[in-house]
Amino acid sequence: MSGAVSPTGGSAHATYLGMPAFPRAAAVSTRDSGLRANLRRATHTIRAKRAAAVAELDDWERLRAAGAAIKDRTLRHLDHYLVRLEENVTRAGGTVHWAADAAEANRIVTELVRATGEREVVKVKSMVTQEIGLNAALSEAGIRAYETDLAELIVQLGDDLPSHILVPAIHRNRGEIRDIFRDRMAQWGRPAPEGLTDRPADLAEAARLHLREKFLSINVAISGANFMVAETGTLVVVESEGNGRMCLTLPETLISVVGIEKTVPTWQDLEVFLQLLPRSSTAERMNPYTSMWTGTTAEDGPRAFHLVLLDNGRTDTLADRTGRQALRCIRCSACLNVCPVYERAGGHAYGSPYPGPIGAILTPQLRGLTSALEESLPFASSLCGACYEVCPVAIDIPEVLVHLRERVVEGGEVTVRGTRTVIKPAKRHAAERALMRTAGWVLDHPAALRHGQRLAARTRRFHPRRLPGPGRAWTDTRELPRMPAESFRDWWARTRGGPAGTRSREQAS
Amino acid sequence: MRVGLFVTCVNDTLYPRTGQAVVTLLERLGVQVDFPMTQSCCGQPQFNTGYRHQAEPLMRRYATAFQDFDHVVTPSASCTAMIRDNYPRIAAKAAAEGRGGTMSEAAAGAVAKTYELTEFLVDVLGVTDVGAYFPHTVTYHPTCHGLRVLGLGDRPLRLLEKVRGIELRKPAGAEECCGFGGTFAVKNPAVSAAMGADKARALTETGATAVCAVDNSCLLHIGGTLARDGSAVRPVHIAEILACTEGSAL
Repeated sequence: MSGAVSPTGGSAHATYLGMPAFPRAAAVSTRDSGLRANLRRATHTIRAKRAAAVAELDDWERLRAAGAAIKDRTLRHLDHYLVRLEENVTRAGGTVHWAADAAEANRIVTELVRATGEREVVKVKSMVTQEIGLNAALSEAGIRAYETDLAELIVQLGDDLPSHILVPAIHRNRGEIRDIFRDRMAQWGRPAPEGLTDRPADLAEAARLHLREKFLSINVAISGANFMVAETGTLVVVESEGNGRMCLTLPETLISVVGIEKTVPTWQDLEVFLQLLPRSSTAERMNPYTSMWTGTTAEDGPRAFHLVLLDNGRTDTLADRTGRQALRCIRCSACLNVCPVYERAGGHAYGSPYPGPIGAILTPQLRGLTSALEESLPFASSLCGACYEVCPVAIDIPEVLVHLRERVVEGGEVTVRGTRTVIKPAKRHAAERALMRTAGWVLDHPAALRHGQRLAARTRRFHPRRLPGPGRAWTDTRELPRMPAESFRDWWARTRGGPAGTRSREQAS
Repeated sequence: MRVGLFVTCVNDTLYPRTGQAVVTLLERLGVQVDFPMTQSCCGQPQFNTGYRHQAEPLMRRYATAFQDFDHVVTPSASCTAMIRDNYPRIAAKAAAEGRGGTMSEAAAGAVAKTYELTEFLVDVLGVTDVGAYFPHTVTYHPTCHGLRVLGLGDRPLRLLEKVRGIELRKPAGAEECCGFGGTFAVKNPAVSAAMGADKARALTETGATAVCAVDNSCLLHIGGTLARDGSAVRPVHIAEILACTEGSAL
């Protein structure tokens, strides 16, 4: 297992519940040299490839602006497009269900599966079913869910949790995957072949044999979707392996759980995202499998199609003028792959299926500032801006991070389940708030600032090189700067400005 | 042309030599620079930590301190980025809260006249050869806010390339964040230190004797990490290199 912050393994279903605040989790994961090496190798490879794939298009910046504009327009009129989507899905033979939160979505899906009389389902990789904890809910109802995406399979067999949006098992290397397959496959179905090596082709073959049994025998599939086209009621899944295509076409019943923000108005709008997404996520010009389906078709594919539209905090997020841009996200994971914090801390430290920079702004909004974890996420960034630079829908992640930091430390108006509420500042920040207030006062009174600087300069020989208490966060790994004998303003006053800057005062008047 | 120096609170308190270097450099280039004593901090630490309201009086103070100047030059990309990107946001949010007043004019005025040092040299003065002499091996670290918020591009390098005697070395992963991030450095010390350690290693591997940047706040973290590691690389602000001449080498 990689890292002590890896999720609660061993139990029936690993869960993000009760995870510690980001700095605590990251303090453990950054020390895991194996994890660091896996992540560094993987993120740097995909980072370079993405840059090359994007550089091929000379209209990338215009595509990016178009992607952002389409999403913003759709989100502004989401009520309208969702109703159109529902009409068109229904007309094409599908059934639409509305779920306000995770519990309602899980209840709907469980009942739909029960109604088929089946006890097993295959799943296409889906972020949103991780978000709502669907597998655990199905398990409680006696229904077994099999993940069929290769990386999700690795995660499921390892009693683990995803740590990346696109590559959920990015924290695992080949040797670890071989061990998981060898030790765990038999408990879930066809065992791994004897003498399995860690060659990628052998690992893929083992997964193929294991999964093929599931595809051919299980009658219910559960998927997410990358896009929903409102004008025709068409759902779109974009993937690389073809396992998704199997899930979407072979079973009798298909249940898709999709966040309401995945709506695009027209096929013309979809075209923009089918260019933006593959280049940003897998650095491909076009992804290998793009599956599209509209309701049900008489002689082909699933006989029954259900669409569960999930809110789960999205409408509340939409009410926030600055924060709502997070809902543009198309889950490409480019921001994770360039993030220096993600690369060191790993995905599990973010305590949610949405790790990295996008998770740091999405999780606290979807869940609200409900625990120390959510309160810590907006601070899990050095604000370096690399995420914003690569985001294909131009989400200004640093802007939203700072906006959410304000919500944590100062409180303010938020929308919770449709109702405007004023939340209080987080308790944990009381000392910091006092310090900021004092610093703010000093900085707004230059004479006081000058006295402080002089006092510090005069006592500089006695300054400790290592600080106690919270100051250790600095001096544990870094030297403190040496205090100069004279501040700049004192030097200026002494050499240029006369007493206390008379010259500039004259000029300013 | 009336040019004001916004030295920044970090340089004022910890790195007066950087401010002195800016004065030396600009005066050598024929620019008379003044330092209004009423200046303080741009408000970035407050704003970026979530204390937007604490940054408001500092924004007003900045606008008032520099109201009579045509240009303001500052040896900090990060403070320039704060002014250019966030002052308009602060004003807009204050207006939305019904406290707009004169804040939007204050913000617009500050944005229009504030330049990071290398922008001022290259774009306003139109010089890249500032007559500097610095006979050392130097590696340049492009800081995040200079690189990605201001879009400084190769301005700092164009200035450095014209310095006589200098040998420039490019570090691996040059554009990766050093891990400072203001209060991030103490709120997430483990990740910050891990990023700092990787950055320090890349800088040391260049074999340079100095790392230079357009921001002393990043250099505070990088230099502190290098010093703790016992590295031979010393942090130096770009202004201090550009201020050096044959007669006054560092």
